[in-house]
Amino acid sequence: MAEIVCKLLIIGGGPGGYVTAIRAAQLGIDTLIVDEGPLGGTCLNIGCIPSKALIHAGEEFHKLTEAATGGSPFGLSAASPAIDLGKTMAWKDGIVTRLTGGVAGLLKKAGAKSLRGRASIRDGKTVTVETDLGPQTVHAETIVIATGSEPVELPSLPFGGKVISSTGALALTQLPESLVVVGGGYIGLEIGTAYAKLGVKVTVVEAAPRILPVWDAELTGPVAKRLAALGVEVMTGAKVTGLTDDGETLQVATDDGSDITLAADKILVAVGRRPRTQGFGLEQLALPMDGPFIRIDNQCRTAMRGVYAIGDVTGEPMLAHRAMAQGEMVADLIAGQPRVWDKRAIPAVCFTDPEIVSVGLGPDAARRDGQAVLVGTFPFRANGRAMSLAREDGFVRVIAREDNHVVLGIEAVGAGVAEFASAFSLAIEMGVRLEDIADTIHAHPTMGEAIQESALAALGRGLHL
Amino acid sequence: MGNSDNEIFVIRMPDVGEGIAEAELVEWHAQPGDMVREDDVIAAVMTDKATVEIPSSITGKVIWLGGKVGDMISVGADLVRISPDANAQIEAAAPEPAQAPPATPDAAPSDAPEPAPEQKNAAPAKPATDAETHSAKPAAPASGVPARHVQPPRRAAGEKPLASPAIRRRALEAGVDLRRVSGSGPAGRLTHADLDAWLDAPESAPVTGGRVRRTEVTEIPIIGLRRAISRKLGQTWSKVPHITIVEEIDVSALEELRAGLNAERKEGKPRLTILPFLVQALVRAVADQPDMNAHHDDEAGQLRQFAGVHVGIATQTPQGLKVPVVRHAESRSLDDTAIEIARVAEAARDNTALRDELSGSTITITSLGALGAIATTPLINAPETAIVGVNKMAMRPVWDGAQFVPRKIMNLSSSFDHRVIDGWDAAIFVKRLKTLLETPALIFVEG
Repeated sequence: MAEIVCKLLIIGGGPGGYVTAIRAAQLGIDTLIVDEGPLGGTCLNIGCIPSKALIHAGEEFHKLTEAATGGSPFGLSAASPAIDLGKTMAWKDGIVTRLTGGVAGLLKKAGAKSLRGRASIRDGKTVTVETDLGPQTVHAETIVIATGSEPVELPSLPFGGKVISSTGALALTQLPESLVVVGGGYIGLEIGTAYAKLGVKVTVVEAAPRILPVWDAELTGPVAKRLAALGVEVMTGAKVTGLTDDGETLQVATDDGSDITLAADKILVAVGRRPRTQGFGLEQLALPMDGPFIRIDNQCRTAMRGVYAIGDVTGEPMLAHRAMAQGEMVADLIAGQPRVWDKRAIPAVCFTDPEIVSVGLGPDAARRDGQAVLVGTFPFRANGRAMSLAREDGFVRVIAREDNHVVLGIEAVGAGVAEFASAFSLAIEMGVRLEDIADTIHAHPTMGEAIQESALAALGRGLHL
Repeated sequence: MGNSDNEIFVIRMPDVGEGIAEAELVEWHAQPGDMVREDDVIAAVMTDKATVEIPSSITGKVIWLGGKVGDMISVGADLVRISPDANAQIEAAAPEPAQAPPATPDAAPSDAPEPAPEQKNAAPAKPATDAETHSAKPAAPASGVPARHVQPPRRAAGEKPLASPAIRRRALEAGVDLRRVSGSGPAGRLTHADLDAWLDAPESAPVTGGRVRRTEVTEIPIIGLRRAISRKLGQTWSKVPHITIVEEIDVSALEELRAGLNAERKEGKPRLTILPFLVQALVRAVADQPDMNAHHDDEAGQLRQFAGVHVGIATQTPQGLKVPVVRHAESRSLDDTAIEIARVAEAARDNTALRDELSGSTITITSLGALGAIATTPLINAPETAIVGVNKMAMRPVWDGAQFVPRKIMNLSSSFDHRVIDGWDAAIFVKRLKTLLETPALIFVEG
């Protein structure tokens, strides 16, 4: 058995792992990154990137369909559109390949080594990697666990046959006629909306009283409206109990006590993700946990010296950018630099239609924190750019402390508002006050003007409403 | 001034002087929850002239105070609420803006009356309403000040310091705990300059020689008499163009006279300082130049000359500078003047002077006594037009034409409102004072 010695071993090649590797290698640390799959992890391969490609394809097709059915508000028309889903998926895969190749190139450029294979921890310094060429033993001074997360499977609805996970949903080569999405969270709604726009009859089954329960009803309202307009049937307060005996039909128990069945060509189970803590020998380290997650401190250190953990395996929010920020910090720490997790906010984006973005605290959360708050809202129906896009749904909302006007949170729902995340995050991280946003010139005509207007509204001096 | 409203007695800010719209709260003698008896002093307020104690008009439990020390309270505004019921609940302390508007336009929300500690948590948080969520207008802070004018509150315990990521990283790398650094930016935000300042002079950086740099800054609100002085002198300085003349006075003869008179003092007669002589010299001098014993009324565009000479005596008191007044000095004898100077100065020091004893002067004398320096630049006690400053007396050699002789010399530094008094007239006035003081018999010559 060959033995590899390195200073830093990273288990997991997702956004957290590969960023750690690039940064560590840049800092001159002898780094090895191990993943059994292609680099880029869930995000690049079967998550963020491919889903956004599908969502975009769905949107384009939807526009064509509108034009073909006389529904275009712009006066456009088209002949009956068609989609070759196989070609769409190939295009999507092309993006994924370019990006994963890009990651490999970045690692190489930084001087990090990568190894494809299944890692198995033997102790805090030793990992065995099952590679195509046989097992390799890696001795490392420091280990970073970045194993990410995986879709939760419902016991009553195991993956297989017509029951698919998000991974499967992003790899369909033929459009199903009907799709039932189990789970009204952001993954299910993003993919469900994309398929609805591609002409699939989509039904969403959510156990909670409303969709996207992470956000408040005001923020998710425009999404619910749009889903209805797209013909997506949303069943809330509805619990999936399993398939009928023939395995063809979904059984659903509703809150009002009735049992119904739903026929569907495909059933996407998107009820959440769980940290990947099994199957790689984590139990050998017997690390203290926080529920299902590995317990870490504010420097991503686990209870064992020289063993760090980052990303989805360490807790909510399970988001790629959180993992990347943690990875960058951990690399610096390993290089001996003083770093500590002191982020004020982690942006959350939902690529439904319309999109939702939230950074920091919402009004309810801020009040729960005991803050007296000012809330300013500006709707896109009063925004010229939104009108010109025929997308007047949604709004921007800013939440600030009443006493000193320091902004605690900024949220938006609307077409394309995901791109606001940068501005929102920068504002919160810089500790801006309402006056800072209000007194910053926002370009006209853009949807971003609504950000300034929301701050003006919170200050009681709104201009355009 | 008390009235009853649902069994709650309200004591309002009384009218504490003619033309006074507001008074500064300088002392509370009771706190919410305290029982007070009728006629117990509850508060002390100060006008620009005098401190006035405000008694309770009933017996009961104080349930609400209308401000905190240093606040300006409008005449007629609720000052104290008292319930005759000893078990009454203490009210939230924020005054309703309509009843007690903050008198200072720039009063910050943090100036709003502090609730008593036990009720801080009891004050209900503003409920979330639809109106607020849509936020056409922000909720006005308690003081009724527009929401824009916010002051950085001090950081609460456990609150993260407000700083950009770059500053946070710099601090971490420099080993600085930002919680110990105070921020100079809006809402207490820390700037790179704040961090630089800290790094230049951290709290207790060891320095060679075993001495420690002290960087703490103590902030003391300028309230009470000091605020009145500050406001008044600031106005005087900015509004009145001063000219100051310093003249040397040979007080050898005056001192000889004073020593002689004091040596023969009978029981019950006051010891004479130089001040009563100066007051009487002023009475003589202003008789020839009434512009010096006058008020310059800016608003009316009038110079108001007074027949009576009311001499203000600038007096250092434990509370700060006050100017008690010797009224009608023209009608007083030397002894009477001395007695009156002593009396009003004592009243000012004891804080027992009445409003009339602290107002209405027509010309002022300021003296630093033995500390009086060689020359000073006195500020006129506006709206007066002249002030005479007494400098320190010292034995100095004076050339008498043949030789140097020791003489008791005391300079006078006198300032004049140049808008109404020309330099020429000011010089004549000072020369007249010099003549009178150098030949003191002239002070007492009739006619």
